[in-house]
Order: sequence, then C-alpha cells, then structure tokens
Amino acid sequence: MEEIVRRRITEVLKGDHNAFSEIVELYKDKVYQLCYRMLGNSHEAEDIAQEAFIRAYVNIDRYNTSRKFSTWLYRIATNLCIDRIRKKKPDYYLDAEIAGTDGLTMYSQIAADGSQPADEVTSMELQNEIQKEISSLPEKYRSVIVLKYIEELSLNEISEILDLPLGTVKTRIHRGREALRKRLRHY
Amino acid sequence: MVEKNHELMIEYMHEFLDDDILPEREAELREHLKHCADCRLHFNELRKAVALVQSTSHIQAPAGFTQSVMMKLPKEKKKNGLKRLLGRHPILVAAAVFMILMTTSLVSAWNEDDQFAVTMDENIIVQDNTAIVPEGKVVKGDIVVRNGDIRIEGKVEGNVTIINGEKYMAKAGQVTGEIEEINMVFDWIWHHIKTFFKDVFSGF
Repeated sequence: MEEIVRRRITEVLKGDHNAFSEIVELYKDKVYQLCYRMLGNSHEAEDIAQEAFIRAYVNIDRYNTSRKFSTWLYRIATNLCIDRIRKKKPDYYLDAEIAGTDGLTMYSQIAADGSQPADEVTSMELQNEIQKEISSLPEKYRSVIVLKYIEELSLNEISEILDLPLGTVKTRIHRGREALRKRLRHY
Repeated sequence: MVEKNHELMIEYMHEFLDDDILPEREAELREHLKHCADCRLHFNELRKAVALVQSTSHIQAPAGFTQSVMMKLPKEKKKNGLKRLLGRHPILVAAAVFMILMTTSLVSAWNEDDQFAVTMDENIIVQDNTAIVPEGKVVKGDIVVRNGDIRIEGKVEGNVTIINGEKYMAKAGQVTGEIEEINMVFDWIWHHIKTFFKDVFSGF
C-alpha cells in the first residue's frame, strides 16, 4: 500500500494531477471517518476532510517520502479538526445536525451495510449516543481516543501525528478513557 | 493504603489496555481483581467504554468525495512547479534574489543620472557634452564617458567605455585597450555583471 502511494506521489510531483485522485480514493474513508468522529457532524466532516486532501496536494513537496504517508495525512486532518473545534461554539454538536437533511444522509450512510431495519435504528441510536459522548470529550482527549480506537493507530503513530511525547499521549489516553468510562457506564 | 493501592491498580489497568504492561504487574492486577469488587467494576467499565467506542460502525466518505476534491485542487500547476523547484533548490532562490536586486538597482542607477560625466584627466578637454582627447596628447589609463560623446584625436593607453553616447575616432586617434559602447539598459546591466564577475574572479 505504502509502495503504491509512494509511486503515485512521485507522479503527482512530476505534475500528474490525476495520480492524486488515486491517493484520495485510498484514504478518503479513513480521513472522513477521523473528521466525522472528531467533529461529530457529517457536513463539517466532509468540509474538513476535503480541505485536508487539498492541503496535502498543495504541500506535497513538503512530504518526506521516507516516512509513512498516512501519518502525514492524518496529521494534516487532525490539525484541521482541532482548529475547527477550537473555533466553533461549544454547544454546536451532533444534536443540532440530526434533525436536518445532513443527519438523514448520515443515517443512510451508516445503515448501508446493516440488515434489519429495526436493529439498524436501535444500533443507530446507540451509535449517536456514543458519538455524542465522544464529541463531549475535551479536544485533547478526543483526538487521542479517536486516533487510537477509531483509526486503530499505535501509540507511536499517534505521538507523531499530534507531535506530542509518547508519555503525554499515554496520559491523555488514560484520562480520555476514564472520562468515557464515566459517561458510558450506564449503557 | 487501600486507596493508594486502588489508584495503582487503575494505572495498571490502563497499561494493560495499552498493551504496555510488565508481566509481573499484569499478574498483580489479575490477582487484585479476583479479590476487589470495586476494581473489577472499574476495569469492566473501562473495557465496556472502549468496546462501545470501537463499535461505532465504520462510516464511509460521501459519494462523489474524490471528484469534489479533484475539482477544488488549485489549477495553477506551473506556479506550483516553480515554487517546488525553488523550494528544492535554495541556491536558485539566492540567485534569483541577487538578479532582482542587481537589476533593479542598476536600472534605477541608469535612470537617475543623466548628467554628463567623464573620467578626470588633464589631457581631456570637455566641450558641449563631448570629451576630447586632442591630437598629440596621450591619456594614460581608462576613460569612462557617461551621457555624452568622445572624440579621440590623440592616444589613449587604456580602455574606453562610452555609456549613452557615441565615439568619434580621428584618423590619428589611437586606443590601446578595448572600446565599449553601452546604449541600452540591458547592455548597461550586462556590462556591470561582467565587470562584477571580473572583479570577483580577479580576486582569486
């Protein structure tokens, strides 16, 4: 996978615009999911995920090919999400989105691979509850939890993405987990 | 003591959940959990929270995502190409900056002084913006004439440079060095760069 990406990046650097679309195809779900879990609504998630790819394209010459591309890309996406979280009003979370049409598209997206409509709704409700709890975590705990449990990255990769010492990442994961424990224990 | 132990066990639980626990600590934790209901509850709640977060189904990017990104990419590839080139070769940036500074300063120098000027020498006569080396006289050294003409009837033992002017050579006139006429801005710049590098390399 990294090898294919490296080849595509070389092509992009040579000026082949279309090679970049393959990179987007490969990472779009991961990046979108990261943004969605960080921001808690599909509209903003799409906006920021697209922005992350555009920034990656514009700054592709700054990418160090000896390192993992995904780490670099996640770093751009995570930083954009953190910026967005810091800018927006604290009460603007998933709840606001659910009633609108964007909420509906999100429903249909998540439900796509389920089978029973009734189960889907129940699990959808639970998922939304969980997302709400993730969204209510302070940003510094939210990013480590999302990177570890949604993106399933190693502590070392997380420390590289967030540009934090490994010890700090561990502490934040511990605290984030404790916060989630308190919020999710009654489910 | 019990409270302190509880805190330590919670620390071990997190180490365990991070797959980052020493075997003896893991054994200690397991042993403790057998006897302590509070810690057992705490541990189960932590695992449940993790499982719930992990259970959030994997969502996909909306349809048309890639197309949408590709449409929004900046079009000015050429500019990017140049930026990339300069980014990779800082020496080019230095050269470019040098050229820009040199050019601008020289162009402004070209525009600023339009007054007649000539190298001072007792054997040069000046008449109506024309420098004259009279017959039978010898000028030892280089002559630079700016914004005026030069008429050489005698002898110049050196180079003659005419900037923005013309030269008239009498039959008897003689120049031992080079004669250079500079009338265009670009000639002027070229002349400066040439002498600049001559000076630089003659230093070695």
